Amino acid sequence: MASHDEKPVAHEQGASEGIPAPEGAANLIDTDYVIGQDNIATRKLGVPIDLHSIVFTVSSLLILLFVVVTLALQDQVAPLFNGTFSYLTGNLSWVFLLGGNIFVLVALGLVVSPLGKVRIGGANATPDFSYAGWFAMLFAAGMGIGLMFYGVAEPLSHFGTSLSGADGAPLAGAEGDPQAAASLGMAATIYHWGLHPWGAYAIVGLSLAIFAYNKGLPLTMRSIFYPILGERIWGWPGHVIDILAVFATLFGLATSLGLGATQASTGLNYLFGIPNTNTTMVVLILGITAVALFSVIAGVDKGVQRLSQLNMALAFLLLTFVIIVGPTLAIATGFFTNLGAYITNIPALSNPFGREDAGFVQGWTAFYWAWWISWSPFVGMFIARVSRGRSVREFLIAVLLVPMLVSVLWMTAFGGTAIDQVINQGLTEVQDATLDLKLFAMLGQLPLSSITSFVGIVLVIVFFVTSSDSGSLVIDSITAGGKVDAPKSQRIFWAIIEGAIAIALLLGGGLSALQAASVSTGLPFTIVLLFGCYALIKALISEPRSV
Amino acid sequence: MFQHIMVPVDLAHMETLEPALQVVADMARHYDATITYIGITSNSPSSVARTPEEYQQKLEAFARKRHAVHGRPVTARAYGSTDPTANLDDLLVNAIEDVNADLVIMATHLPRSLDAFIPAHGDAVAARARTSIFLVRAQQQS
Repeated sequence: MASHDEKPVAHEQGASEGIPAPEGAANLIDTDYVIGQDNIATRKLGVPIDLHSIVFTVSSLLILLFVVVTLALQDQVAPLFNGTFSYLTGNLSWVFLLGGNIFVLVALGLVVSPLGKVRIGGANATPDFSYAGWFAMLFAAGMGIGLMFYGVAEPLSHFGTSLSGADGAPLAGAEGDPQAAASLGMAATIYHWGLHPWGAYAIVGLSLAIFAYNKGLPLTMRSIFYPILGERIWGWPGHVIDILAVFATLFGLATSLGLGATQASTGLNYLFGIPNTNTTMVVLILGITAVALFSVIAGVDKGVQRLSQLNMALAFLLLTFVIIVGPTLAIATGFFTNLGAYITNIPALSNPFGREDAGFVQGWTAFYWAWWISWSPFVGMFIARVSRGRSVREFLIAVLLVPMLVSVLWMTAFGGTAIDQVINQGLTEVQDATLDLKLFAMLGQLPLSSITSFVGIVLVIVFFVTSSDSGSLVIDSITAGGKVDAPKSQRIFWAIIEGAIAIALLLGGGLSALQAASVSTGLPFTIVLLFGCYALIKALISEPRSV
Repeated sequence: MFQHIMVPVDLAHMETLEPALQVVADMARHYDATITYIGITSNSPSSVARTPEEYQQKLEAFARKRHAVHGRPVTARAYGSTDPTANLDDLLVNAIEDVNADLVIMATHLPRSLDAFIPAHGDAVAARARTSIFLVRAQQQS
């Protein structure tokens, strides 16, 4: 308790020994901008609102325009959106690959540099969440859902193309050598799910966290640009960055929700014979949106955190089950050999120039990189929000290295079991199954498959809920000018809009086209993130290091 | 009857607080009570303060100003949260125990249809707290 004649707390705190103590626990940027000064705040409409006048208005109109145009002129816009995306991954794959490498190198460099000692929120800040809650949220927001769909499908696909030497095989492939093909397939998969996606998330997340908690700028994308644009970030350059972030996040989430419902419905049909119709998918989207609504109303601590922990527990159970009943010894040794294969192959896989395996680079790597990077504003904003009190080193280890190891283990267990079924047991079910069903086909060969498949489908659905609720919180904060204390009605609005767009596009068509449009924002965000690397290092240098 | 009054204040919406603050001053003088002004802030920068420390300083300055008005002893305590919008009610209920208050006086808005879905903070706190809660309506905007 601080009585009214006590000294203010901030002035008593200093930095660690040997480093000159700044005035406060952190080193705020000197600006006259007051958060919310460009907001419209009123209670007159029956519901209280507090929104950034330009970011909210323009991004809402833009979203509406895109949905209407996509629905009305599907045949015209679908080739346009898809063509843009194909052009980007086809001709500019080197930009994505080079950018991705820079993000990983900067992040790894920060782990070992003295800047790793800087603490998010100032030298004396304490963490807002426990390790378990924090990590569960990081992971659920970052890639939970993808692991469910690609954990079996991707290793198997790379294994197949490598073995047959088909187009799309990673590097030179391994024609006719199943062991080498399996090893290369795992290395290529882990490359896509290991350090690189998390490198992009880490750069955005850490930059946002430092500029918000240490520099005192609003928790929104534009703040990263302060060292480059200065006070101009409060004007149109900043508005454009924020609007682009809203666009990428909302359409990224809505189209994933729509496509995810299609996949979940296929799974339900396979497992329980539930008819795979539009009605089933709409009911799924409504259900996911309803649970997400409860979760956003309950907030970060009681909603998102608990759901993420539930997910982690379920995912851990499923993983443990697969390890125990699958080829346990092969998985245990596979973890290390796959990690080794990953490390050995990283230089070749991540080389942006003069690649012989264009099918793999353009069809897989550039696609993933654009996807990860277009998601990075959402994931980065969310992990920034929950990471106050962690040191930079702790943050990067938890956001970069731990998820990488989890991905290696997950891919080894799920992909390794599937490849084992193909190579050693001569089973063809997994290979023959469609992409949506590969996970269930693999589980179907193991005991208790009805239970594990059910857990699998629950995981898919709950992972969607955690993406939907954390995404709504992020969009709400960006459209409220960086405020996290905006009225509850706004986050409810965004959660509903997301579900509504998913349903409209599901019924009217255009989900894939609009997803291509949203993933295309990966290119501008690659540039944004490259500037972000510079801004981040500059910001960290001016911060006091914690003890 | 009351020794310690807890008063949640929203430094971002001072205009709605005035009637409640007046009641606090009168009640504190009447019962010779001490007053703790409580503020809930986001840990990330907000419209009121750019750090939780700055928020605490502003809350203390506010408490000193009120002390000059009513002359009763005051303290100020700020609580930070990652998601103050969602956690406000929990934080307030915990704060009552934390500061050991025996009366809570807080401002609240007029009833509205939305309350059925998103209850007013005053309603939510009164429904859960064991202490007496005095809800003071904000002046009607005409």
